Amino acid sequence: MAVCIAVIAKENYPLYIRSVPTENELKFHYTVHTSLDVVDEKISAMGKALVDQRELYLGLLYPTEDYKVYLCHSFGQAIVGYGYVTNSKVKFVMVVDSSNTALRDNEIRSMFRKLHNSYTDIMCNPFYNPGDRIHSRAFDTMVNSMMMQVC
Amino acid sequence: MEGVTLSEAEQRYYCDLFSYCDTESTKKVASNGRVLELFRAAQLPNDVVMQIMELCGATRLGYFGRSQFYIALKLVAVAQSGLPLRVESLNTVKDLPLPRFVVSKNEQESRHTALYSSDADNPASYSGVIPPPPPGRIQVKKGSVSHDAVQQRTSTDQQESTSPVVSPQQSPPSSPHTWRKHNRHPSGGNNERPLAGPGPVWAPFSEVQPDQYYKLILIPVQDVFEKPKPGSSTSSDPIWSGHSPPPHQENWDQTTVRTVASATTANEIRRQSSSYDDPWKITDEQRQYYVNQFKTIQPDLNGFIPGSAAKEFFTKSKLPILELSHIWELSDFDKDGALTLDEFCAAFHLVVARKNGYDLPEKLPESLMPKLIDLEDSTEVGEQTGEVGYSGSPAEAPPSKSPSMPSLNQTWPELNQSSEQWETFSERSSSSQTLTQFDSNIAPADPDTAIVHPVPIRMTPSKIHMQEMELKRTGSDHANPTSPLLVKPSDLPEENKMSSSVKFTAGNTVTDGYSSSDSYTSDPEQIGNAVTRQRINISCAINHLTISFRGQQQAGVVAYPPAVPPRPQPSQGTGPHVHRSVDADGLIAHTSTSPQQIPEQPNFADFSQFEAFAVSSVNKEEEDEIETHSEVLQGKGTTPLAPPPKPIRRRLKSEDELRPEAEEHTQKTGVIAAVLASQPSIPRSVGKDKKAIQASIRRNKETNTVLARLNSELQQQLKSFNPLSFTVLMKELGHLIRRNQEIIEESKGPFAVEGYLKGTYSLVYSALCLSG
Repeated sequence: MAVCIAVIAKENYPLYIRSVPTENELKFHYTVHTSLDVVDEKISAMGKALVDQRELYLGLLYPTEDYKVYLCHSFGQAIVGYGYVTNSKVKFVMVVDSSNTALRDNEIRSMFRKLHNSYTDIMCNPFYNPGDRIHSRAFDTMVNSMMMQVC
Repeated sequence: MEGVTLSEAEQRYYCDLFSYCDTESTKKVASNGRVLELFRAAQLPNDVVMQIMELCGATRLGYFGRSQFYIALKLVAVAQSGLPLRVESLNTVKDLPLPRFVVSKNEQESRHTALYSSDADNPASYSGVIPPPPPGRIQVKKGSVSHDAVQQRTSTDQQESTSPVVSPQQSPPSSPHTWRKHNRHPSGGNNERPLAGPGPVWAPFSEVQPDQYYKLILIPVQDVFEKPKPGSSTSSDPIWSGHSPPPHQENWDQTTVRTVASATTANEIRRQSSSYDDPWKITDEQRQYYVNQFKTIQPDLNGFIPGSAAKEFFTKSKLPILELSHIWELSDFDKDGALTLDEFCAAFHLVVARKNGYDLPEKLPESLMPKLIDLEDSTEVGEQTGEVGYSGSPAEAPPSKSPSMPSLNQTWPELNQSSEQWETFSERSSSSQTLTQFDSNIAPADPDTAIVHPVPIRMTPSKIHMQEMELKRTGSDHANPTSPLLVKPSDLPEENKMSSSVKFTAGNTVTDGYSSSDSYTSDPEQIGNAVTRQRINISCAINHLTISFRGQQQAGVVAYPPAVPPRPQPSQGTGPHVHRSVDADGLIAHTSTSPQQIPEQPNFADFSQFEAFAVSSVNKEEEDEIETHSEVLQGKGTTPLAPPPKPIRRRLKSEDELRPEAEEHTQKTGVIAAVLASQPSIPRSVGKDKKAIQASIRRNKETNTVLARLNSELQQQLKSFNPLSFTVLMKELGHLIRRNQEIIEESKGPFAVEGYLKGTYSLVYSALCLSG
């Protein structure tokens, strides 16, 4: 289940962060922030590869073991992060709780696809200036559904 | 505390009241403040109120639970009817009228004023009451408006003659929800209105038909207030409670809560009402106004308003960007970054609603969905089943169906005057006008083909529109017709003329073409514009490709094959290149049918060979194509790509069996001769125009890349359309372009011109193959 979903702008500031458990929210924010380094690393590693859907999806960001260790202390559960970067370098980071059966890769991909679609819908809105915080209710609804459903 | 039994009307009424008092939406406890307000509105002496509270057990409990509340209400009724307050009287008194709650004083005054206005003039008076949009003033106005409305109703309703005292209209509680509207039910009977938003809906005390709720529908400013049919209102007035309008806070949560409360009451009301109007329905005059506004931005009603234009338009309404953003999200149904007419009307409607203080719904109300927000619906007054426009917002109905133009006109001018920019919506740049042109030109089908193909009027969402707008602007800069379609048809007649005057004209054209190409080259900006323009031109009008090249077949072929530079329209940019190449292809088609043509091409100076080929080729198909092309030529440029091939194909098949006649032969030969005639001009100019040719080659390359890009775009976009032939066509066009590119590469050698020709010829050939 997605416990935290974040949309990070190209300049690495958050456009949107939403977490499920209201406690530990700061921890999630921190997690997302640290994951940005990993995302950047992966992006640079890609080099000049053509960016298509597959490579938009960065997959598992953290080595599971380390992350588990880290998080066991604080969360008491294994939490992994997944990343996804769009063509315009907008990053989606999703922190999921893998205490249950880990979500399959496909499910994560589909979640990111949905996120991306909602994000593009926001972009279509002429009143949205790229770089603004995202206040769209439709986006909120979609993110909530993702967080609830997986839970 | 003993239980209390309530009649159905009482039950409903009390439930509504409870919901109203249930500010925290607990559904269990009525907020004390509200309850006290309510009791004060009952105009009972204070000690009676205290007594009631004690009796119902609220003092004991410290809060008003639902049962306490109901008991209290009943006691209020008892007290108001003059009976002594006794617990026993709760159940023993029969036919107790519903408790009455009086509205505050200022509202009464406004009500009175409303009373005196004549029915016919009411709209005017109402509009006078309703100030223009700025948020904030909404409260008072709405309240007064509603009071007026209610007053009217009550005044006309003889049964409610006591209404001035009785019906406690209160301005709706807080900032939003001030959509009041009087609904006119031609069906007579009840004046029933859907719940007017956030405020509680009180079942009027009216002793007449307590079970009928007289609902208020709040109207946006520009709506007309309907006069209820005299004597028709057997329904009771919904009464807005809430004495003092709650603080004008833009507290959406609060209003949402209230809205939820009102929604429940509204639901109940709806259940009771026999007919119900969708609060979000758009009336005729509203829709007409929206349509007119749409036209100022986008004259073609089937066209789209691009996002940027819509943004500017709605920004003038001075709503906060966040709300406009939400309105956009709601109304842009297909999420394409542009608004169709329906979407625009929905968005406008929501803007108006918001300006009048209504909360925005979470979801687009069904009546605003861009399917059939039709006038036909709006004409059905009182026939709607309850539409829940409520999803969390003031489900105030938009103006009632029965339009009354004068009031609308009155309100709108006020609206316009008050808002600074509101009346200048139509300041949309002329680019949108041209945008329309573009679209409308695509729309008409070629009468000759009689097959309407799905013309992709919209390509990629905003980008194309933006480009189109830019295109129009730049096009206008060049004093050219902005619509590619306009351009092309104009080209076609030129071609016709050219075909008629064979040689020298062609020659001239060629040289002209060259010179123009030179001038063209000298203007890089033009090229850039041309590229973008062509992008768009071609994207939507790829069908014109066939048309144009077909046209070229006849006449253009004459001028084009060597004439790399485009037509006299420099702004056409690569467009003419396309045409050109197409023409060349057409030429090639003639030639390619007999394979020996291509080897002959390098000797394009060898016109005798050419002519020989022309004579020998005598391919019926080509002739047919030419003929059909000429037909198409007449058709003027909107023939879809796919349909034209079909007739040709048919023709071809039929002709294949028949075998050409001599006359066709000669006809074709004549055309070919015309083409050949143009050829002489080529070698003449080869030497000095080598540069020009190279320039044109360069341009051709640009065209190719653009075409390739367009092609891929189009393919994607057209997937949804999925006329099979069209997609196949597109794919082949892609092949064409690639092949052309290869050939262009080859043409870098000594046989530059030949190579170029070869390239164009092959392109035309393949295009022809595509088509037939």
